[in-house]
Amino acid sequence: MNVTFLLNGETVEVNTHPTQTLLDWLRETRGLTGTKEGCNEGDCGACSVMITDERGARSLNACILFVPQLHGKAVRTVEGIAAPDGTLHAVQQAMVDNHGSQCGFCTPGFVVSMATAHLNGRTDHDDVLAGNLCRCTGYAPIIRAAKAVEGAAVPDHVIDHPIAPKTTDFPAPETSDALAEWYAAHPNGTLIAGATDVGLWVTKHFTDLGDVAFLNRCKDLQQIDDQGDTLRIGAGVTMTDVLAAVRILHPSFGDMIRRYGSDQVRNAATIGGNIANGSPIGDNPPALIAMGATLHLRRGDTRRDTPIEDFFIAYGKQDRQPGEFVEAVTIPKSAPALRCYKLSKRFDQDISAVCGCFKITVADGKITDARIAFGGMAGTPKRAPLSEAALVGRPWSFDTIQTAAATLAEDFAPLSDMRASTAYRMDAAQGQLRRYFDDINCIETDVLGVTA
Amino acid sequence: MSVSKPLPHDAAKLHVTGQARYVDDVPMPAGTLHLAFGVSSIARGTFTAINLDAVRAAKGVRAVLVAQDLPFANDLSPSVHDEPMLSDGPIHYCGQPIFLVVADTHLNARHAARLGDITYDAQTPILTIEDALAADARFEDGPRIYTKGDVDTALATAPNRLQGRLDMGGQEHFYLEGQAALALPQEGGDMVVQSSTQHPTEIQHKVADALGVAMHAVRVEIRRMGGGFGGKESQGNALAVSCAVAAQLTGKPCKMRYDRDDDMIITGKRHDFRIEYDVGYDPDGRISGIDFTHYTRCGWAQDLSLPVADRAMLHADNAYLLGAARITSHRLKTNMQSATAFRGFGGPQGMLGIERVMDHIAHALGKDAADVRRVNYYGAADAQPTSGKRFGAEHSPKQAVDNTTPYDMPVTDFILHEMTDKLLTDCDYHARKKAVADWNANHATLKKGIAFNPVKFGISFTLTHLNQAGALVHVYADGSIHLNHGGTEMGQGLFQKVAQVAAARFGVDISAVKITATDTAKVPNTSATAASSGTDLNGMAVQNACDTIRARIADCLAEMHNVAPDTITFKDDHVHVAGHSIPFAQAAKTAYENRVSLSATGFYKTPDVAWDRIAGKGRPFFYFAYGASVSEVVIDTNTGENRILRVDILHDAGASLNPALDIGQIEGGFVQGAGWLTTEELVWDDKGSLRTHAPSTYKIPACSDRPSVFNIALWDGENRAETVYRSKAVGEPPFMLGISTHAALANAVAACGAAYPDLQAPATAEEVLQAVKRARG
Repeated sequence: MNVTFLLNGETVEVNTHPTQTLLDWLRETRGLTGTKEGCNEGDCGACSVMITDERGARSLNACILFVPQLHGKAVRTVEGIAAPDGTLHAVQQAMVDNHGSQCGFCTPGFVVSMATAHLNGRTDHDDVLAGNLCRCTGYAPIIRAAKAVEGAAVPDHVIDHPIAPKTTDFPAPETSDALAEWYAAHPNGTLIAGATDVGLWVTKHFTDLGDVAFLNRCKDLQQIDDQGDTLRIGAGVTMTDVLAAVRILHPSFGDMIRRYGSDQVRNAATIGGNIANGSPIGDNPPALIAMGATLHLRRGDTRRDTPIEDFFIAYGKQDRQPGEFVEAVTIPKSAPALRCYKLSKRFDQDISAVCGCFKITVADGKITDARIAFGGMAGTPKRAPLSEAALVGRPWSFDTIQTAAATLAEDFAPLSDMRASTAYRMDAAQGQLRRYFDDINCIETDVLGVTA
Repeated sequence: MSVSKPLPHDAAKLHVTGQARYVDDVPMPAGTLHLAFGVSSIARGTFTAINLDAVRAAKGVRAVLVAQDLPFANDLSPSVHDEPMLSDGPIHYCGQPIFLVVADTHLNARHAARLGDITYDAQTPILTIEDALAADARFEDGPRIYTKGDVDTALATAPNRLQGRLDMGGQEHFYLEGQAALALPQEGGDMVVQSSTQHPTEIQHKVADALGVAMHAVRVEIRRMGGGFGGKESQGNALAVSCAVAAQLTGKPCKMRYDRDDDMIITGKRHDFRIEYDVGYDPDGRISGIDFTHYTRCGWAQDLSLPVADRAMLHADNAYLLGAARITSHRLKTNMQSATAFRGFGGPQGMLGIERVMDHIAHALGKDAADVRRVNYYGAADAQPTSGKRFGAEHSPKQAVDNTTPYDMPVTDFILHEMTDKLLTDCDYHARKKAVADWNANHATLKKGIAFNPVKFGISFTLTHLNQAGALVHVYADGSIHLNHGGTEMGQGLFQKVAQVAAARFGVDISAVKITATDTAKVPNTSATAASSGTDLNGMAVQNACDTIRARIADCLAEMHNVAPDTITFKDDHVHVAGHSIPFAQAAKTAYENRVSLSATGFYKTPDVAWDRIAGKGRPFFYFAYGASVSEVVIDTNTGENRILRVDILHDAGASLNPALDIGQIEGGFVQGAGWLTTEELVWDDKGSLRTHAPSTYKIPACSDRPSVFNIALWDGENRAETVYRSKAVGEPPFMLGISTHAALANAVAACGAAYPDLQAPATAEEVLQAVKRARG
């Protein structure tokens, strides 16, 4: 397949196979070795590159980005951050001046992430850099560098103006109708949206993906429709855009998404992929279940809706027919009692050990409705029906919460793994429910909000 | 003068532009082949059959090697020849290399390496400390024991006594650049190797043995590593030897790098430790006797485990004068990756043991843990023992004349009394301690904690003969200087600091000095860049070489100007002779034209160190480096989640050669140490398979995990020992400043209840929550 894109300002045409990663192509074919391989799974950011399209510039992990995903876009690597005459970009000079590099191996990735954020005027440095690991500096000098260039002028040469080619010679449907047609014809094919998971099937597991279709050109899947009381979020909406959409409406959900993957991962990952994947530790499903979201599925011209919790049948098994795909998910715009608690070994860019999401409705001191869903507590994202039953109809009190917390032990029998033990998962899930009570009652509960 | 300037890292501009070249970035000749290991899927047993047909038939595969195909030594060990590169039958850990794939691309090699069909006769692996003790699986005949005084009597007669146990996890290095090597075959069977290694001479030695050639036939070069932290002291041997053997066999250049998962599955990590203690102390908390027992899981091969375990014993005292002490160390052989060097090299583990004891005593006495620490400090350097008198410092033991470590080394440079005073004052420790208590009284589920920890870390290789270094310096006729030494650059800024020394000796600007790749053909018989010794050793060797050349130039000019050579000075890019200021370049040209050699080797060996590691007596260290930190944290008692809120550090780098680079080591070392004790958890399953073998499951600190308030200061003072410009080693000591985060977490947990929280390490959220339950009783 032939792919055309801008590389550091120059048009390149590449004949590639579907799962060629951008990182390998840059390093091995183009000899651009500034972009580093640190983990080959999108967790370290040493391979960060700047990608620009009609939605603007963002940083992505080149190790799990397939070359066909770049068709019509612009790629800027660390080699293209300094000016053509060699003058360092402000973030590069600041990194030198603030001693932001030691071994230097993570540095190109940091520089690209920082230059991209600088271009976009972002100053939320910890969020920007959550996906860039450094083992030498302890990050402090890097943040000093990032702060030093806040407000500095963006050099023209890093602003790319890609011209999207009109067609592709590989399956990359432009509409969901076209996607439905392709998938009906290739029901065993693999859909590649952001490739933040599929990428690992290739780089780590050498999986043969068979027929593939790339979804990133499917514009109507990337829409968020405001339908009055609800938002209909297309399956192809990236988590970055989901975060932007829910940050004000659902601040707790937004806080959780802020810790979902990293900036690079959220810039690629789609909400549809996170749902369709069916992982028991995906972070969207518990939140979507707690807020009562509706999932929209499509197979050919047949569409159906389902409460999202019914989509997850068992570990590795979803209510999805061959050739059927997640088209969108609809969420309420208002859920003031929704709280989402992500528990992981590390706050940023970690997979949840337990992700507890709660929405308890109280009227006149009595609980009238309860929706509690957990990730990491079972083989699927799952509601807690017995605990919910222990809440509904009872007074909104700590005693009620304690009873319901104890009941979680009847709802779930979590497993032990490298992220957490069975006992801890249960303890923490119960702790999250107790936290919810304090949180709703405006008692300080979040260690992230505490200062020295 | 260039020394003491906060210059940026010499390669900073190359780093930020992506031009800095690492092993995997070196352009390779066409036809280069790529390697990958096929590894065992069981932890213990033997493989009884191996079918590699599918591997050989896989795309791009050019050769597949098993142990029997290796032409000469099948051994990677840096110590006792117990580490075959490819298993010849016995399997010692899950992930042990069994066969080597040689293919046209890295991806094809990795893919083919998955296709081996291996039949095993599996045995039950020895994984836990209990397993190893039951099987008496250990290195050395029995435990090593160091003693000072009569411990049993001291314990029996102590007014107070308590016992405890601390399990602390190991640590994955997670250097961002994985292990990598390449080999370029030369004429006549010679081999040039580039290896991401802290120890080029070791690579040269192992490659020569594997090829059946003398060391002179192998040249090893390394410009820089993308991080090392001890993980590239011996763990690069496998890749360099593989490349050399495959290159010899195929006649093609060969390159090998581990994919991250392979790197984590195959290579060794920090030793985990269990430390048991029985301590006697007085009502002030002063320790009269202590009995430590160390158990460490060394993994399957000896590697560097003996000196690691020794160094843990050597830091069992940390900053404290122990009246009587016994330290017993069990080095256990387990069916896991062979634990290896990691920043601190056992020191952090030994030190965490005694720091834990201090907190335990303070908890038992209801005293401030900082006070208990200070009452146990060694006597101050400025009040060295005169018979029968106290040392003079406010907090030093009143009656003591003894100021020796448990290994019989007098402590003569102890500056922690003054450092502690300054740090606790500067960070307002006592007021903040009270503020934390007040805050806790107003918060039911969130609790804060605050803790102080000192660090005293011994500087020198404990294997005394390693304390040597060489250098090679050329001055060209244009006055430019070519600098080479035996140390390796892994990000610590060694090259820049040493270049600053060279520039200072010649009185020229740093830009006159070209730093070149470490090369076994330029400086032979080097020690690993390890034990924080890089600058101490190589800086002195370079100074020695520079001074030789400088003296020759001075002699030449002295004769021409008819003055005494010692009247000639080198500064401000000039040579000052008899009232004239000659540009350095002119002086170099003049010396050249007068047929003066402008090339010299330099050499240095650390004086005064002598050590008997079996007896546990002597002077293993040239001097001690000191540091102190205060951490403040918050925990959530519902889930155990926690944050580091503020950290204040005062660290002793002597007369710093480069304060910016030294502060970089302190900040980075602290965060790495805090990671070891908080989020970084290695998990093996009951089959011995490592479950945390990627950054998705093994969590080093991320950007937001650094303390949001992070104050670092350098102690203003010279090294009392005669080191290069009176600086101090700074690579490892700051790592242990991270211990204060663990102590602060324990302090926060202690606010949850009256019982001793007994916080283990790493203090993951899960462990913190367990400790909260224990504190609540």
